[in-house]
Amino acid sequence: MNWMTRRSFPHGIHPQPAKDETQREPIRQFPFAPLMVIPLLQHIGKPAVTVVSEGQEVVRGQLIARPDGFLSVAMHAPASGVIRRIDRVPTLLGSMVPGIYLQPFPASTQEVCEGMPCPVETATPEEILAAIQQAGIVGLGGAGFPTHAKLQVPADKHIDTVIINGVECEPYLTTDHRVMLEQSADIYTGIRYVLKATGAARAIIAIEDNKRDAAEYLGAMLPSDLPVSIELVTVKYPQGAEKLLVSVLLNREVPTGGLPVDIHAAVINVATTAEIGRLLPRGRGIQERVVTITGPAVRRRGNYRIPIGTPLRFALETVGTSEDLSEVLVGGPMMGQAAPSLDIPITKGTSGVVAYTERETGHQPPIYPCVHCGDCLEACPMSLNPSQLGLLAAREHYQAMVDDFHLMTCFECGACSYVCPSHIPLAQRFRVAKAYIRKNQASVVRSQAS
Amino acid sequence: MDERPNKTLKISAAPHLASGASVERIMRNVVLALLPTTGFAVYAFGLAALLSLFTATLTCVLAEHLLCKLAGRPSTVKDWSVVITGLLYGLTLPPGLPLWMVCLGGLIAVAMGKALYGGLGYNLFNPALVGRAFLQAAFPTAMTTWTPAFSADRFTSLPGSMLAPPFGTPHYDQISGATPLAAMKFEQTLSDTVDLFLGLTSGSLGETCSLLILLGGLYLIARRMMNWRIPAGIFTAVILLSGLLHLSDAQAYPSPLFMLFSGGLMLGAMFMATDMVASPITPLGCYLYGVLIGALVVVIRLWGGMPEGVMYAILLANAVSPLIDRLIQPVAYGTRRSKDS
Ligand code: SF4
Ligand code: SF4
Repeated sequence: MNWMTRRSFPHGIHPQPAKDETQREPIRQFPFAPLMVIPLLQHIGKPAVTVVSEGQEVVRGQLIARPDGFLSVAMHAPASGVIRRIDRVPTLLGSMVPGIYLQPFPASTQEVCEGMPCPVETATPEEILAAIQQAGIVGLGGAGFPTHAKLQVPADKHIDTVIINGVECEPYLTTDHRVMLEQSADIYTGIRYVLKATGAARAIIAIEDNKRDAAEYLGAMLPSDLPVSIELVTVKYPQGAEKLLVSVLLNREVPTGGLPVDIHAAVINVATTAEIGRLLPRGRGIQERVVTITGPAVRRRGNYRIPIGTPLRFALETVGTSEDLSEVLVGGPMMGQAAPSLDIPITKGTSGVVAYTERETGHQPPIYPCVHCGDCLEACPMSLNPSQLGLLAAREHYQAMVDDFHLMTCFECGACSYVCPSHIPLAQRFRVAKAYIRKNQASVVRSQAS
Repeated sequence: MDERPNKTLKISAAPHLASGASVERIMRNVVLALLPTTGFAVYAFGLAALLSLFTATLTCVLAEHLLCKLAGRPSTVKDWSVVITGLLYGLTLPPGLPLWMVCLGGLIAVAMGKALYGGLGYNLFNPALVGRAFLQAAFPTAMTTWTPAFSADRFTSLPGSMLAPPFGTPHYDQISGATPLAAMKFEQTLSDTVDLFLGLTSGSLGETCSLLILLGGLYLIARRMMNWRIPAGIFTAVILLSGLLHLSDAQAYPSPLFMLFSGGLMLGAMFMATDMVASPITPLGCYLYGVLIGALVVVIRLWGGMPEGVMYAILLANAVSPLIDRLIQPVAYGTRRSKDS
């Protein structure tokens, strides 16, 4: 096939992809941990509400917590077993949230229980959105925004194009790549649901140019009645960011503070789409996901279908790690977070686990003042001025960062920190500044409300 | 399953990857790019150049080290930026300048040009030019007295003027004719452009061979360690402006090629104006800054009282650079108008 590579967004960076070691590894099923840790908040919004009690036996796939309001999703048992405790569980952010400890039955067949199917032919858009919420589906790319909320089109707006995001521009990660190579039928079924739910006329599957095999395979498997096109985009980080993808593919720019729906588009991760196509026809809930476990400290690197709630410790023990394991990143190395402990579980948003050794983390280069080289400006995909933002951040002039230099447009991609020859922790400081601003705004809203 | 990850984990904030770029690496490469020019200076002016450049660099490095210690900061000589300052400063000096003046100017360059502002990253002006500007103001005669290039005994003897005692009047054994620019200005004679390009004329230590300077600059541009827009802006402005004037009156105004390859233009455009700290940060800002320098150079050279204007043009543009940065900011995503909706 002859592909035309699309133009790309301005700026961006080219980190080493580091994907070779896992992109040819087929997805393998993971064993069950002796104790699963299931946070009730694995998404943006309100925690789910438990519908089981301590000591109760549950079947794999059974509903264990229901959504609490619109911005919330259901949780399902990742294994047949017994609910040991309903308590607080550790999370990636270091905080404790309500959650469930589940002890799987060791010798069980682990048959998955099914629920009410949601047939794509007859279901209404509302029914599809409700089914997605009941299936517990959130953005599997990492953001964790409830998918049904993302797909719901406000009454005064419309969506003409759905972009299926298979870009996977984070170094090391290859889950989306494998899903595209192994779950084409699920993806296309998922697209049928998504098109129907949003009323969009067409879908575009966006794939980075280093995954031509996936593009070719999906192209070959494309059902003739589906209004889907497959587009290759330039290999560049952060090509997969949804606002950039919209500009690249549709030549439309999401206005500041807006969402893709404002310009009639929705962007949804390809693995999330596959999950919709896999779960909804059988009325199942999400209880496992594909995770790339890789990095210099990992022995058996690869892509694994891992039950949600599997503690990182068990996951790393299963694949084996080297002696000098030093830091464990959840997500990719550019935007992922360092795990505060290995007791935290794999959640719905965990696309990868990257383990570093002392070699990657040992060297802390000195930080110099900004030398005005301008490299960060040429890296920033949002065309911000990270140098200026960095100077203001160091002085904690957070409001000026927002008012004069578009701080809230920064999505913490880390490209600026990556290139800075002075090793200034730019994105890191912007994260702090944004959190500060959000907290202040929230308290302003609260005091105005009272 | 015997491999138990059980240690305390490091926890750092994303991103967890870096490009490997560093200030030291950029600075070392700039020094590298200056080496051919430095070598040519020694070849053309012999021991005098060697001693001047060595003294200039050493003075600057020592000054930075001592000033850091005085200010109670860790010494910053290891970032290599002061080596560039010293070397560049040395390259702008006329050969045969008394060594005590070389020392004094170097001290001024680092103290007033850099340390006063807070060190690396904070200087408003290119420190090397601050040092040179001081000498120009304090010792105008010494700074415009040129010894000839390629003298026969350049590797065996030093010009007597170099060892003149502080504050005395230096005695020059040999004085060359005027530099090409001075000849153009005061005697209305033009040097051969090829000679200028190859560096066969007289002038400051490091400004004579345009070819090697250009090669050094191109090396840095290829390694993405120099903003090519600045020299591009300068060259464009100089060529356009002097080209128009030359077309209007070829007798009164020299050709653009002469303007490009004479005096300190090449060294200034490639290595002085491009001081990252003292130049604007946005691409458009860099063009404007370059054009401003180019225009000022032509104006000063052709209508000012001095034969050479590169130094003042760059210093003036340095002063304007923060203003350019304030006026010209990148256009953030989401603030542009959508193209088709
Ligand atoms: S982290 Fe923010 S400022 Fe830095 S490159 Fe990314 S979007 Fe731009
Ligand atoms: S990359 Fe770093 S040193 Fe260069 S302008 Fe940006 S903040 Fe300053």
